[in-house]
Amino acid sequence: MTPTLQVFLIVSAALFSVGLLAALSRRHAIFILIGIEMMLAAANLNFIAFWRFSPQPRPPTGVMIAIFSIAIAAAEAAVGLALVVAVYRHYRTTNVDHLDQLKG
Amino acid sequence: MSRWIIDHLWLIPAVPLVVSLGILSLSSTRRKSAAILAIAGQIAALAMSVFAFVPTLRTPGFRAVQNFTWFTFGNNSLHLGWLLDPLAGVMLLMITLVGLCIFVFSKGYMAGDKNFVRFFAYLSFFSGAMLGLVISNSLLLLFICWELVGLASYLLIGFWIERPSAAAAAKKAFITTRIGDMGFFLGMLWLYGRSGTLLFYDGGNGCLERAGLALLGASATFIALLIFCGAMGKSGQFPLHVWLPDAMEGPTPVSALIHAATMVAAGVFLVARVYPLFSLGAINGVTSSLTVVVWIGVTTALMAAFIAMAQADIKRILAYSTVSQLGLMMVSLGVGGVAGGMMHLLAHGFFKALLFLGAGSVIHGCHGEQDIRKMGGLRRLMPVTFSTYAIGMMALSGVPLLFSGGWTKEEILHVAAHWPASRLPYYLLLIGVVLTALYMTRQIIYVFFGDRRAASQHVHESPPVITVPLIVLASCAILFSIVLTPAWPWLHDYLTDEPVHFNFSRLIQPALFISLVLVGAGVALGIGLYRKASAQDRQRPADTDPLEFAQPQLFRFLENKMWIDELYACTVIAFSWTGARLSDWMDRNFWDRLVRGFGAIGQLFGMFTGGIDERGINAGVDEATVGARGLGRLMSAAHSGQIQTYLGVIAIGVLALLVFYAWLA
Repeated sequence: MTPTLQVFLIVSAALFSVGLLAALSRRHAIFILIGIEMMLAAANLNFIAFWRFSPQPRPPTGVMIAIFSIAIAAAEAAVGLALVVAVYRHYRTTNVDHLDQLKG
Repeated sequence: MSRWIIDHLWLIPAVPLVVSLGILSLSSTRRKSAAILAIAGQIAALAMSVFAFVPTLRTPGFRAVQNFTWFTFGNNSLHLGWLLDPLAGVMLLMITLVGLCIFVFSKGYMAGDKNFVRFFAYLSFFSGAMLGLVISNSLLLLFICWELVGLASYLLIGFWIERPSAAAAAKKAFITTRIGDMGFFLGMLWLYGRSGTLLFYDGGNGCLERAGLALLGASATFIALLIFCGAMGKSGQFPLHVWLPDAMEGPTPVSALIHAATMVAAGVFLVARVYPLFSLGAINGVTSSLTVVVWIGVTTALMAAFIAMAQADIKRILAYSTVSQLGLMMVSLGVGGVAGGMMHLLAHGFFKALLFLGAGSVIHGCHGEQDIRKMGGLRRLMPVTFSTYAIGMMALSGVPLLFSGGWTKEEILHVAAHWPASRLPYYLLLIGVVLTALYMTRQIIYVFFGDRRAASQHVHESPPVITVPLIVLASCAILFSIVLTPAWPWLHDYLTDEPVHFNFSRLIQPALFISLVLVGAGVALGIGLYRKASAQDRQRPADTDPLEFAQPQLFRFLENKMWIDELYACTVIAFSWTGARLSDWMDRNFWDRLVRGFGAIGQLFGMFTGGIDERGINAGVDEATVGARGLGRLMSAAHSGQIQTYLGVIAIGVLALLVFYAWLA
């Protein structure tokens, strides 16, 4: 059986939803980061899928964008983790419910 | 090797300059490395100068030129360049050799100074700037190096900055030479305006070559005289000589460097370098600009020799002797003897450095005393210093046959005697020769002969680091005469691009006998006058100069430097003081009031607008802020500070957008 575009889109939509749910419901900052990474992975999957099923899939284009965005995601994860570490050092907690300094 | 040096001539001044920067970056405790670095830089410059000098010997009329463009503006571009010819070659050798001796001497002489490191940085800088000056092929580049030399002299004369007199002397040197440099600068601009180039030699287009000179016409005289103003300031010619004796406030090696290798040599060198400008359109070898040079030189030579008669400071006597000798060189240049003037400059470089370093050794031995009336009897205590000093003294007095100064002085007298315009400068110079022998005899009798006096009680000979440079320079002062004698006038013909012949019969000339008689007369007169100077005389009070006893008023006049400083104080300086006071008064009472009046108008306007602001605008703004605050409170309620709430809102928003988009489609 050959996978069709719809299969990929459904998988990626599921991945995105799982990620969003994680980001919205978990209280631990690291889990929120993981959720965000999952949503990014879903987006990357979409990129690859649309490129693969486009009329003329030329080799580098879609893959390059996906690799590029993975690189950015890696940088973002590094920054995010560093932030979490810094936040933990400052507040002695990573529970986001307690981090409400932005309250207006 | 020589080829390479000629292609990279700029390295010769660059090495001491870079060394100087390197030393400046050292900490002030790295004394030994500073001295070694400076001396190594000087040795490198000397070695490169020797390599650069060798090819100038092989070809007569050798001239290596390297021009480059500094910057371009519009259609004009400004060229600078380096030049190696016999004139530059011998100057390079003299500066680096004398400089090296002075550097080594300084290592011993300045050993106790707390700013030892800085001193060597400045010395290196001084030598580098002067080396750049002599190999410049552009009047502008020469002027840049000229000013660097001026800066270095300012830093070094004022080296003991904590002494107010040293700071004043440094300022005086800088400002006095600046007056001359103003003329130099104007002359340079004029020259550029007429000829369109400042390069000396540029394959036929330079300002000293035929095509360039042809553009000048009658303005050449004025340009030459303006440039001569710069030379007057630097080389201490009357009326700008006043800074040179005061420059004695610097450490003794600095005096030696200023008086021998650098600084004062620059003025004479400048005139020799741009000599084609001076001699343009000469009738029988006489032009109006050269005539001015001759008379300024004669005035300076004679006046300084007279003043030197009545000075008591060992270094000040030498300073006036330098002024006098520089006058002599200027006369030589003016009457057409460029080679003679340059020969005397080179010979003078050796023996004047020797004399200053000898004086430094004496001062070192006498624990800082500089008054010759308090010394005496040093002959047996400082034998090396005495013998080398005596050689320097005889070279300066122009004792014929053995000493370099004698030959060059004869050469100058010879050309001066044949000046077509007038014989008077020649006769005046003869008086100068007698006076030189007289005041040097006076100095040497006071310092080295007679009984010991106050300052010479605990004197000892200086260490080798001081005496070895003295011996080297003394040998130079004697051996240099080999290339100067009329029998084999190698240096003369080298400078004038003629093949040299050996002709023994030329050795005996009338000038030889004349100078023998004159110098003999001067020395004899000196011995007769001062032999008993220290001894008690029934009629003459102790510690009174015999000349002072014989002619008290004349002596007072000379001792006070002919009142020239005082004359300037009540004319030029008083004038500028009055100007300063007047502008100060104007500033306080006129301009200040004017400005305050405008200020009051502004104040009134400010009060008016302030009222409007308070009553009109402020009230409206107040209302607006109250409204904005209420709105803000409303909005801030939406901000819970919970990240996940925000995220949820974003997610709902995106979902709403998607639904809206789907509905549109």
